[in-house]
Amino acid sequence: MKAIIVENIVKTYQKVLAVNNVSFEVEYGEIFGLIGPDGAGKTSIMRILTTLILPDSGAFQVDNFDGFKQFKEIRKSIGYMPGRFSLYPDLTVRENINLFASIFNTSIAENYHLVKDIYSQLEPFENRPAGKLSGGMKQKLALSCALIHKPNILFLDEPTTGVDALSRVEFWDMLKKLKYDGMAILVSTPYMDEVSKCDRIGLMQNGNMLKIESPKNIEEDFRRNLYAIKTEQTYLVLETLKSYKYTDTVFAFGESIHYTDKRIEDVSVSIFDYLYKNHLNIEIKQIRANVEDCFMDLMRNSNE
Amino acid sequence: MKSFIAFIIKEYYHIIRDKRSLLILLGMPIVQIILFGYGITNEINDANIAILDNSKDNITKEISNKLLSTKYFKLKRYLDSEREIEKSFKSGEIKQVLVFEPHFAENLQKFGSASIHLITDGTDPNIGNTIMNYTNSIILNYQSEMNVNLAGIINVLPEVKMRYNPELKGVYLFVPGLITIILNLISAMMTSISIAREKEMGTMEVLLVSPMKPIFVIVAKLIPYSLISFSITIIILILGGTIFNVPITGSLGFLLLECILYLFLGLSMGILISTIAPTQQVAMFISMIGLMLPTILLSGFIIPIENMPYWLQILSNIIPAKWFIIIIKDIMLKGSGITFVWKETLIIVLMITFLLIVSAKKYKIRLQ
Repeated sequence: MKAIIVENIVKTYQKVLAVNNVSFEVEYGEIFGLIGPDGAGKTSIMRILTTLILPDSGAFQVDNFDGFKQFKEIRKSIGYMPGRFSLYPDLTVRENINLFASIFNTSIAENYHLVKDIYSQLEPFENRPAGKLSGGMKQKLALSCALIHKPNILFLDEPTTGVDALSRVEFWDMLKKLKYDGMAILVSTPYMDEVSKCDRIGLMQNGNMLKIESPKNIEEDFRRNLYAIKTEQTYLVLETLKSYKYTDTVFAFGESIHYTDKRIEDVSVSIFDYLYKNHLNIEIKQIRANVEDCFMDLMRNSNE
Repeated sequence: MKSFIAFIIKEYYHIIRDKRSLLILLGMPIVQIILFGYGITNEINDANIAILDNSKDNITKEISNKLLSTKYFKLKRYLDSEREIEKSFKSGEIKQVLVFEPHFAENLQKFGSASIHLITDGTDPNIGNTIMNYTNSIILNYQSEMNVNLAGIINVLPEVKMRYNPELKGVYLFVPGLITIILNLISAMMTSISIAREKEMGTMEVLLVSPMKPIFVIVAKLIPYSLISFSITIIILILGGTIFNVPITGSLGFLLLECILYLFLGLSMGILISTIAPTQQVAMFISMIGLMLPTILLSGFIIPIENMPYWLQILSNIIPAKWFIIIIKDIMLKGSGITFVWKETLIIVLMITFLLIVSAKKYKIRLQ
């Protein structure tokens, strides 16, 4: 039994293609990550699966309910946390979670164990209006509200955007626990470093699903040698390498530059020499590709 | 049911915590009724007039005294010649000049008729008409008091129809009119803004993805807002009664029942607006421009419906306020019961049904 089945979903907004023939499946007890830049179609897929918008064509099932005919049942059995803060800012933390518990005909006491880990952090602020919480606290409250009715499937649209690093770690730990309880979790994120926390990821760009794979396999699929170059003159090195005849790809990656070459063998030395001739001093070493490298590579291929 | 009650409580929190909006909501009707009640009125008090008495006999003096003894007119000055008429009008001091022809009393006895010339400042036609009517009726009154057998003894020329309330009491008309308009606007605006806010804040998105039926979200809003609208009705009625002495001739219970019916109409209009408006600003705009202007202009509140061009008279039929003004005036001023206003009441009930059906049809169970 699959938690989510998506088949050939297409969605256009006034001629703009937002989701282009996307299919994927999510199991119970699995965290599935939708990864992609802004405008890739992640939110559209979230909204289609949460029955908030209708796709132009295609079919989908959520929690074994048909996406069109049984949307009312779907709404009862899922938890949804939209991309932007969507609680009542003038109600207190306690009032918000109480309200959502009541809407789903349950109570905080009944499902407290589900939200205990994060909600216990909010308890000191129970009487504070939700609008006056910090970004991380807001997201924790929103997650508590989405979980309070013990949904079978959880939809999280960019839950960690605008959240500090520590809270992000806590957030993912929480999701991991829920996963072990058998919950299916569909999460979207623009942060590549969160990818490794997912069991499987779908890389998206311009409405297309480029690849669905586990993070590990995606990295292993990267067949070529990848080099990380460290230098003080990032911009100059980038420009110089762009005009190098053997360059395949080159782009800035955090503090270093990631580079692939058209030649198959280890070319660290010849790169170093080439740049040295151009009066640029660098450190170069061969590295394992991470998901972002794979993603850049996939994006480049799909653009060509 | 539990979720429904929780939702009403949530609405109550929204209202009670937004102190500024609450203050505006309750304060606005009070300010409006005082402003409108005192400011925009057709009633004339102490209008300055001048008298050119070419006859100066006892009858002209009696007529003049009769006019000036009312609270409507105040004598600015006596004029000595025709030439001064133009001058005093241009100076803006006076609204009307009374001209008695020479040998007024003599003509009256000899020929059975004498004439008074009434010249009225017509820059504001409403005020001009009213002044003319006042004068006219006072002179006619005098004429009948003289109890002379011959008809048409004193020929007063103006042929102006009485356009406004027969008692010429402005406030009597304005208080029911104000209740009508304020109730309609506030209830429509409150609901539409409150629903639009859920959309704007993104909370509607979360509510849609829940077992809570969208219609309950709306109905839960109506309960606290109808309570507020109802308290506003009471405030206006009390203000009307205490400050402007507008009587409630009919049954108070019946009046309140009709008010409740009418405020439901406003709330249903608000729901309909909210199905179109994506943001609070749009909701506010539609309520203000789309609702307020036609309601004020076409309901007969300011411009009498009989004075409108024919096509506007037809159009005015779809303005709910038009029908409620009739109901509320009948109950407050004439003391009518349901037997007299059942038709108008029925129209309002039908309008509510229509609005709710359209809203239910238009109401989106999804985001788009």
